[in-house]
Amino acid sequence: MAKQPAAVIGVGQTHHRAKREDVSMPGLLREAIDRALEDAQLTLEEIDAIVVGKAPDLFEGVMMPELFLADSIGAAGKPLLRVHTAGSVGGSTAIVAASLVQAGVHKKVLTVAYEKQSESNAMWALSVPIPFNMPVHAGAGGYFAPHVRSYIRRSEAPTHVGAIVAAKDRQNALKNPYAHLKNPDTTVESVLASQMLWDPIRYDETCPSSDGACALVIVSEDEAARSANPAWIHGTVMRSEATSAAERDQVNPQASRDAAAALWKQAGITSPIDEIDMAEIYVPFSWFEPMWLESLGFADANGGGWRLTESGATAMGGRLPVNCSGGVLSSNPIGASGMLRFGEAALQVRGAAGEHQVDGARKALGHAYGGGSQFFAMWVVGSEKPSS
Amino acid sequence: MRDVAVVGFAQRQMAEFDGSPTCVELLVPLFAECYEQTGWTRRDVGFWCSGSSDYLAGRSFSFVSAVDAIGVIPPVNESHVEMDLAWAMYEAWLKIQTGEVDTALVYAFGKSSAGVLRRTLSLQLDPYTMTPLWPDTVSLAGLQARAGIDAGLWDERAMAEVANRSLTDAEKNEYAIRKGGSSVEELLARPVYADPLRKHDCAPVTDGAAALVLAAGDKAREVCERPAWIRSLTHFVDPMSMGTRDLTRAPSAQRAGAGADLDGVEVAELHAPFSHQELILRTELGLGDDVRINPSGGALASNPMFSAGGIRVGEAAKRIWSGEASKALGHATSGPALQQNLVCVLASEGTDD
Repeated sequence: MAKQPAAVIGVGQTHHRAKREDVSMPGLLREAIDRALEDAQLTLEEIDAIVVGKAPDLFEGVMMPELFLADSIGAAGKPLLRVHTAGSVGGSTAIVAASLVQAGVHKKVLTVAYEKQSESNAMWALSVPIPFNMPVHAGAGGYFAPHVRSYIRRSEAPTHVGAIVAAKDRQNALKNPYAHLKNPDTTVESVLASQMLWDPIRYDETCPSSDGACALVIVSEDEAARSANPAWIHGTVMRSEATSAAERDQVNPQASRDAAAALWKQAGITSPIDEIDMAEIYVPFSWFEPMWLESLGFADANGGGWRLTESGATAMGGRLPVNCSGGVLSSNPIGASGMLRFGEAALQVRGAAGEHQVDGARKALGHAYGGGSQFFAMWVVGSEKPSS
Repeated sequence: MRDVAVVGFAQRQMAEFDGSPTCVELLVPLFAECYEQTGWTRRDVGFWCSGSSDYLAGRSFSFVSAVDAIGVIPPVNESHVEMDLAWAMYEAWLKIQTGEVDTALVYAFGKSSAGVLRRTLSLQLDPYTMTPLWPDTVSLAGLQARAGIDAGLWDERAMAEVANRSLTDAEKNEYAIRKGGSSVEELLARPVYADPLRKHDCAPVTDGAAALVLAAGDKAREVCERPAWIRSLTHFVDPMSMGTRDLTRAPSAQRAGAGADLDGVEVAELHAPFSHQELILRTELGLGDDVRINPSGGALASNPMFSAGGIRVGEAAKRIWSGEASKALGHATSGPALQQNLVCVLASEGTDD
């Protein structure tokens, strides 16, 4: 049996902040859910099934929180799934939700991903000593800085390219009413003047820790008729590889390249740079923009990524605008960060991205990664129903 | 819907696993058994999905090192649920239904003995109103058992009958960690542990892992003489709040059963970590006295967290493969006091046959 067409007809998100002390976890999720349902013009009662995603339970200090959340998010009496695939989880969760529709099992699925980091302490959650493992004690930045250094060396990138990305995304965030960081004065110069944290990653080149949630309503072909502007799902992909292995290329992991190849094939795309109108790429540290541009095949793998970024092609109005929402660099509720990328891509092809809309966007990429650059989740959404 | 069957199953259950909470050492031999059963290598597996809990492992991202057991170079199509194996199987079944893949291997693991399980599970409750009181799982199940006794729905004798049958059947299960039936009278003479529960009314703390192999259509027929075709696969969840739900009922189990093709089920493997919960499930699923319950000994004989539900499906599949049954039910539960329930009906004939 062939895959059933599926489309996003509702996107909702919270205002992302360092601490959302004004709401409980259920309150945070409902803020995103209610917006997504309003967008989809559906009620919770009409939803067939709910898929919840978030990163490690230690981030909030609750084991399998979807169980206590079941009632408040409207899952009581419905099927409820809980996905956890590290940083890529927001993307994977949206893909599992889409597969419920694509499999022909359900017609109206709600998916929600969140993190409320202020309930616990992420550094503690990530620093539990593990027997026989070298402690990192440096957070994600310390883990990824060597990958970035390796990229700069291999591609002979000028060292200010990361600052270009950071300044661009922070400026884009000013156009997104939900973004966490709103720093109108951020420029390439100010980023370069900020504190060096993990050489070559400076303070302004890192993502914040946010409380926030994102929700999507994904429906079948006949239910999509209720929407004036559905975002059709043209392809979804997940790929995983090991954390450590001698032959691993951590700068341009094979799982990422394999995922991109499978995705473009599914979506019928032969030249991503020409056929994709905008991309929401998971960039928690500025340099990951040029790194992923190469890995995803938007540019050659010998420095094509930084050349694209440096040329301004990834800015609003450029050839391939990247992270018009401000991206992970401006809002990072970890479990939701991937779903925000997927949801922002959907908003763009629906022409519903408001001030950060790319004119005439018809096909967009949503991308997420996690673990030690080893888990990947991606989708392509389009304004037209896929032909096959 | 595509016809999808369970064609492989491997399990390990023990009182105390002498190894890491990520259980990689347990998973490698389990996968080897699955390859032997199917004649496949890992490259024949189209999709992988695992179930586990970070809180049980005492660390974040516990599933990350588990993928090392697969040998994920080159990379694989893979996902993970913070749920029991049965729900990992559900995600894989969905993936096969989309037509994207034809085969899947799903697995789950958990080292319950690494902490005090009933306390760890307190962290599953509402963090604002319940967890601060640290009610433990056994006590909550005790309240549930008492509610049923007070309502006249069952008594301690009926609970002891469940335990006696389970422990007697467990004698034939090499993976059971608690086994040996006696008599209802002898069991009732034992001391009360969490009134009205006695120790044998509660699943033993169990470490372990399990894996299931799924395949669609001809792929299943190629590797299995008598595939266990999935005729129904449904699951639902109830609100958690103990104060507002009727603890003597499990509406989500009833609903899952109502959505499944239960006609003619001969064997049912029910995931009931407490004896009285089997009584609730039998009622909610409408299983008659002619249905053989838990020939494996069930969860009262061993209950490895995050794989015990999927093991029920594996045990049901074994009855189909062997020809012992032509229709069998596997059930899984999650959350306190039967909050979430899944029903999987397996049959020797698929819908296409």
